[in-house]
Amino acid sequence: MKTAATGAVLLGAQGAQGLIGKLDQQAELGKSKVVVARDPALHGTGAQLDEKRVLALLDRAIATYTGRDKPVEAWKRIVPVGKVIGLKVNGLGGRGISTHQALVMAVCERLQQAGVKPGEIVVWERDARSLQACSLTINTDSSRVRCYGNDVGGYEDQPVAFGSVRVKLAKILTRECDMVINMPILKDHELAGITFSMKNMYGVIARPDQLHAGGCNPAVADLNCIPAIRDKVRFTIGDAMTSVYDGGPGFHPERLWQPNALIVGEDRVAIDQIAWQMIARKRAEAGMPTLEAAGRPPHYIATAADATHILGTNDPHRIHLMEV
Amino acid sequence: MKSLLVFAAILFAVIAVCTGCKKKGPEPFPKSGAIAGWEKTSETRVFAAKDLYQYIDGDAEQYISAGVVSTSTSDYKYQGQLEATVDVHTMGSADGARKILETGTKDAKPIQLGDAGVAYAQSIIFLKGTSLVRIVAYESTPDTPQALLALARGVEAKL
Repeated sequence: MKTAATGAVLLGAQGAQGLIGKLDQQAELGKSKVVVARDPALHGTGAQLDEKRVLALLDRAIATYTGRDKPVEAWKRIVPVGKVIGLKVNGLGGRGISTHQALVMAVCERLQQAGVKPGEIVVWERDARSLQACSLTINTDSSRVRCYGNDVGGYEDQPVAFGSVRVKLAKILTRECDMVINMPILKDHELAGITFSMKNMYGVIARPDQLHAGGCNPAVADLNCIPAIRDKVRFTIGDAMTSVYDGGPGFHPERLWQPNALIVGEDRVAIDQIAWQMIARKRAEAGMPTLEAAGRPPHYIATAADATHILGTNDPHRIHLMEV
Repeated sequence: MKSLLVFAAILFAVIAVCTGCKKKGPEPFPKSGAIAGWEKTSETRVFAAKDLYQYIDGDAEQYISAGVVSTSTSDYKYQGQLEATVDVHTMGSADGARKILETGTKDAKPIQLGDAGVAYAQSIIFLKGTSLVRIVAYESTPDTPQALLALARGVEAKL
């Protein structure tokens, strides 16, 4: 196991929200922990994902994060029993660059083993098309894991606001879910710079297109401060098994890349900071300009960490990065 | 009075037909079997510029700033296996279409298609007049480049 970043102590805002059972390693270190778990053999020799390896990778990521080797014990520290758990995936980029079905299935399997009933799990995205892009099947039968979009669940009539944003939230978030596990996919973004943890919340509102001005800054940070999002979206299991390092957020096979990784943690700002670094390294490797030079640095990450938003930390010295 | 009613009815019919013609527009998507091995696997969906975010939110702005008027899209399958999507963006001007085409990467290989075009291992982009066409395959197989080119030529012929 490789660990990185030492420095000043910070009890992140995410930590204050807390997960069930308290993740004591995080509290001890006083930093925002982010786990990057990799499996170089995940895509084998071809471009096809070896789905059988995904569950093992997820287990390694969660075990490292929680400090518990047994998956059931580890998951019991993350999710409460008897509550409805939402899995917010991302299928916006269409086939080829959406949260992988194998990862969603692996999370559902572990949630159920940890005591969450199938009907208490809601996998969701903006609409049926986005879910189908993740190869997921629509199901509204509450005896099984539910899977449907905001096109079925609808939006609240009354908008909510924070800072620059005034939005109508998806009812799946406001009325169905007690806790949400955020499951974005790592992508370059033509406007925002990158899209990963915080930006994935554009899928929980009506008219996300209205929040694109100024490189989505401060809109991404403001949106994540809306109480229903800030309080319920408490854990991220980010899909970095496949990514686009340029031309995103749509599917551009010529700019596809396979980091073969999962990025896991509670601090959404720290996760996005690490994700940005990953994309930056890949762009440098490919001889491409930095996102700053391309005129689209993800400024919203720093905004989310500022004194107005306090969503987490983007300071590398305050992030406990564990690469396994 | 009767002739006035007849005139009004004819006028209404003419307006209805013309409006219908305008909405329908050209259909650039080859039907199943029209291109050897290719099957059209979805209905054609059409998005006006203001609704493009519903299809490609985040990507939509670059098309809007280049003057997209509408985008039509349909899915295809080659020999029952290789899946692909065809997007036809109708731009306000040829300059707008060219602007998007020129944002390609250094891996782009120029191809003789329409007014200008480039190919990658799994995608083809070309423009013809004010139409910008992007065809993307979801798998890279030895057949992918040739199969995509055949489909692209089929679309080009219908523009």
